[in-house]
Amino acid sequence: MFLQVSGVTKQYVTNQGTIFTALQNIELDVEEGEFVSLLGPSGCGKSTLLSLIAGLSEPTEGSVLLKGQKITRPGSDRGVVFQEPALFPWLTVFENVMFPLRKKYRKNQKEAKQRVMDHLKMVQLSRFADSYPSELSGGMQQRVAIARALAMDPMLLLMDEPFGALDEQTRQVLHGELERIWMETGKTILFVTHNIQEAVKLSDRVVIMGTQPGKVISDMRIRLPRPRQQFREKMVQIEQEIMDILGQEIDKVIKGELSDAHSG
Amino acid sequence: MPILVKRLIFFVALVVIWEGLFRLNLWPPTMLPSPVQVGKTVWMGLADLTLVYDLIASLRHLLIGFSIALCIGTLLGVLLARVRTADETLGILVLAFQSVPSIVWLPLAIAWFGLTETSVIFIVVLGGTFVMAMNMRMGIKNVSPVYIKAARTMDYTGPDLFFRVIVPASIPHAVTGIRLAWAFGWRALMAGELLSTGPGLGYTLKYASDTGEMALVIGVIILIGFIGILTDQLIFNRLEKNVLERWGLETAA
Repeated sequence: MFLQVSGVTKQYVTNQGTIFTALQNIELDVEEGEFVSLLGPSGCGKSTLLSLIAGLSEPTEGSVLLKGQKITRPGSDRGVVFQEPALFPWLTVFENVMFPLRKKYRKNQKEAKQRVMDHLKMVQLSRFADSYPSELSGGMQQRVAIARALAMDPMLLLMDEPFGALDEQTRQVLHGELERIWMETGKTILFVTHNIQEAVKLSDRVVIMGTQPGKVISDMRIRLPRPRQQFREKMVQIEQEIMDILGQEIDKVIKGELSDAHSG
Repeated sequence: MPILVKRLIFFVALVVIWEGLFRLNLWPPTMLPSPVQVGKTVWMGLADLTLVYDLIASLRHLLIGFSIALCIGTLLGVLLARVRTADETLGILVLAFQSVPSIVWLPLAIAWFGLTETSVIFIVVLGGTFVMAMNMRMGIKNVSPVYIKAARTMDYTGPDLFFRVIVPASIPHAVTGIRLAWAFGWRALMAGELLSTGPGLGYTLKYASDTGEMALVIGVIILIGFIGILTDQLIFNRLEKNVLERWGLETAA
C-alpha cells in the first residue's frame, strides 16, 4: 500500500487540563496516483490527520506509513499546501519556488532554475517570476504555493483546504487547474475540505469524517469520468448522498455550539 | 497642493509671526531672540565651522553608540526570543532597563570612563540597546507559525530554518527597533552632551546658555530638531515603509 494510516489516535491536553481526542482509531489506505478528499464538518480532525501525514505532529497511537516507511517528521517527499499560501514575502515568486530546491540542486543551479520555470509555467504564472507575493491576488499566490510544493517532486501532495479562503469564481478556476495538474503529473493528492461540491468534483474517493471524536464514517468512490462538468446531475445526486450521511454530524456540531453558547 | 509646498508655507508663516511678535517688543530679546538673530547666529556658526564640528562630533557619538546598540540589542533580542529561561529572568530586567531614562546612567558612566566622549557614547548605547532588544524579541516570537511549518515540509531545520526563515520574517519588527533605537539614541545623546565637556551640539547648547547667547541656544535646538526629522523622514521612514510594503503588511500607496 502506498499510504497506510493504521489505528491512528491523536489526543491533546486542553488548557483546562482535560484530554481531548481529535482522532480516534483512524484507518485509511491511499493508492498511488489517487485523488482522495477528506471531507467533514469543522472539528472532525481532518486537518489534524493531514498534519500527522505531513509529519508536523505525531500520533498518540498508531502509525502512518508511506511506501512502508514510518513517518516521524516532515520531509520533501510530501509537499504541503496550506490554507494560507505561506509564501515568503521577502522572496520573489521565482525565489519562493526555488526555496525547497536550494540544497537538493546545490551543484546544478541551471537544472534547478529550469525546474522552477517549468513549474511556474504549469500554474501559468511564469510571467510573474520576478513579482513579490504581495503583488499577486490570493488565487495566484495559492497557485505559486502549489508550484512550490510540486517543484520538490514529492510522492504525495497534501492540501489543507487550499481554496477555502478564495472567492467562488477563483475557486472554480483553480479546481480546473488542479485537476489538469493532477492528470499531467499523476501525483497522489490528499485534499482536505469541508466543501462537498469541491470534494465530489475533484476526487476519486471521498473519505467522510465525523466528530466527537474525529473518525472515518464513510469512504465513497466517485466513479465519474473527467472532466466532470458534463455530469452535473450525477454530481448533485452524489452530493445529496453525502449530505445525508453528514447531516447527523452537522446537527451534532451545531448542538454542541449552541450548548456552549448557553453554558458560556 | 503638494505636501512640501504646504509645509513651506506653514514654516514661513511661523517665522513671520515670530518676527512680527518680536518687533512688538512684548518681551526682552534675552528671553526669546528674533528669528533673524537666530538665523544669523546659526549662519555664522556654520561659516566659521564651529557648529559643523559640533555636528560632526555629535553624529560620531551617535553613530558609534547606535551601531553598538544595534549589535547588542539584536543578539539580546534573539537570546530572549529563543531561550525561555533567559526570557523569564533576563527579559524582565531588560524591560526594567528600557523604562529607565538612559541619562540616569551618567554618574556611573563618569565613574567608569571619566568626563569623556566615551561616557556620552555609553549613554547612547544604553539608550538604544533595550528598545532594539525588545523589538527583535517580538519580531522573532511573532513569526507566523505557518512559515515555519511550510519551511519544515521543505526540509529546513536548525540554523538553516533560523537564518533563512525566522530572521527574514522578523525584519519588519527589527526595522521598527532600529528606528526607535535611533530616536532614543538621539535623545540620550543630547542629554549626555549637555552634561559633558564637549565637543557636541548638546555641549554647545549648554555653553551658550551659560554665556547668555540665547540666539545660539535656539539655533542649536532648531538644528537638533531639523536633523532628527531629516534622518527619520529620509532614512528610517522610507526604510520602514519599503519593508512593510514588501512584506505585504501595508498595501502599496
